[in-house]
Amino acid sequence: MRVVADTSVCQGHQLCQGEAPTVFGFDESADVVVLLDEHPVASLRAAVTTAVKYCPAFALSIEED
Amino acid sequence: MTLADIPEVSIIVDDQGTDVPAIIKGTGHLPEMRVDPIGLFHRVRDECGDLGRFRLADKQVVLVSGAEANEAFFRAPDDVLDQAAAYPFMTPIFGKGVVFDASPEERQQMLKNQALRGDMMRGHAQTIEAEIRRMVADWGEEGEIDLLDFFAELTIYTTSSCLIGKPFREQLDGSFAEIYHRLEHGTDAIAYVDPYADIDSFRIRDEAREQLVAKVQAIIAARLARGEAPKDERDLLDVLIAVGYDADMVTGIFISMMFAGHHTSSGTASWAMIELLRNPAVMTEVVAELDALYAPDADGTAPEVSFQALRSIPVLESALKETLRLHPPLVILMRLVQEDFDLLGRTIPAGTVLAASPRVSNRIEEDFPGADTFDPARYLDPRQEDLQNRWTWIPFGAGKHRCVGNAFAMMQMKAIFSVILRDFTFEPVQPVDTYRDDFSKMVIQLAQPAKVRYRRRRR
Repeated sequence: MRVVADTSVCQGHQLCQGEAPTVFGFDESADVVVLLDEHPVASLRAAVTTAVKYCPAFALSIEED
Repeated sequence: MTLADIPEVSIIVDDQGTDVPAIIKGTGHLPEMRVDPIGLFHRVRDECGDLGRFRLADKQVVLVSGAEANEAFFRAPDDVLDQAAAYPFMTPIFGKGVVFDASPEERQQMLKNQALRGDMMRGHAQTIEAEIRRMVADWGEEGEIDLLDFFAELTIYTTSSCLIGKPFREQLDGSFAEIYHRLEHGTDAIAYVDPYADIDSFRIRDEAREQLVAKVQAIIAARLARGEAPKDERDLLDVLIAVGYDADMVTGIFISMMFAGHHTSSGTASWAMIELLRNPAVMTEVVAELDALYAPDADGTAPEVSFQALRSIPVLESALKETLRLHPPLVILMRLVQEDFDLLGRTIPAGTVLAASPRVSNRIEEDFPGADTFDPARYLDPRQEDLQNRWTWIPFGAGKHRCVGNAFAMMQMKAIFSVILRDFTFEPVQPVDTYRDDFSKMVIQLAQPAKVRYRRRRR
């Protein structure tokens, strides 16, 4: 899977970091998400899916490779 | 640069009709928007497609719908599409003399950074759970409540406590909610002609605002008489007093902070209850989910509502999402076009109002099969019709300005239903198709009566 973050709609809630801290980081100066791992291992799928589902800005998505 | 090639929707309410108030005679679609905005907005899409036009007095409004047009609308920067100028009915509510140093975008950002931070949610969840328990504390074995009265009062307490502070909330009672409701009711679309027109609903609105100022004034006076509070007992009101704002200014700030979270949450809680009563099979599933979730384990401990409300409650969440899709609290979102804006191959000239309608988009049949049916299963894997349609599933708006309070709102809904469905069963006391919204004002509220009967569960 490939994780996609749309920083033009991200509102900086940082909930995704709580779900998958190795995948999602945060750019303090721009107040938006930073992808740390675009192609997370399969074992992280559940956590990433939760992050996508609960993102308050709908800024995240998963694309299947 | 012309709007002429964007089709205009038909006129079905004569704007010179005898029952049209004199002040809005000749204002095009404004008289219809005051009585049946939903009918008007759906007809725009039906007759004109993704881009259609109607007229509110001297303003041309282009209503967009469909994923492509909505995405362009929601992605446009603030200096191209301005929200503030598009809502003339809000100015008298926040206060004529109240000047904010910040734009709506900056205020939204401040709210997010101060009161809605992720690390504050646990505390808010505890506050909300406590407020619900307080509201039902005097309920007997069975009785009747009116959904509007009940949820409008509850959400005054939750929003004031979470956004302003506990000490301020403790100084409020049911009368604050009642006055606040009259203020929300003062959002007649006549404001598009004159927000200060000499009409009953605006007089009631201005009176209500004065009453709120008087209440805040009394609270301020009591705090000044008491002297400085210990640091850990201070709230936003103490800060604003220290800055030197007067009661009128403070009231305006509080109204604007609470506004976005009040009628929206109140209406959503009411409609969620109504949809669960209309769909008993879904109610049964939701109650079963909550019973399992909160069942005590072997040593007698059960998860706290304030803990669980921040976590996944999938069946309840789906029911809430479906409620929001069918009954979005805001039926139209507007922006004033600041510079010519290209959209679907047309140019929308500066000065036009551009609008998107959650009510219309949320029911586009191609995106939401069986769009008028309450079907929480549409959010399950792999359908996920909210994530699959992020530009047309828009009960919270979309893009950079998607409601910053949406996670807070969902948590609040989960907490409310966790408490009340665990301890009580509910049944309608009027035919289920008689619950309806009052669309006569821009702020939509449940029409009364909207009564339900509760009965304490035996366990």
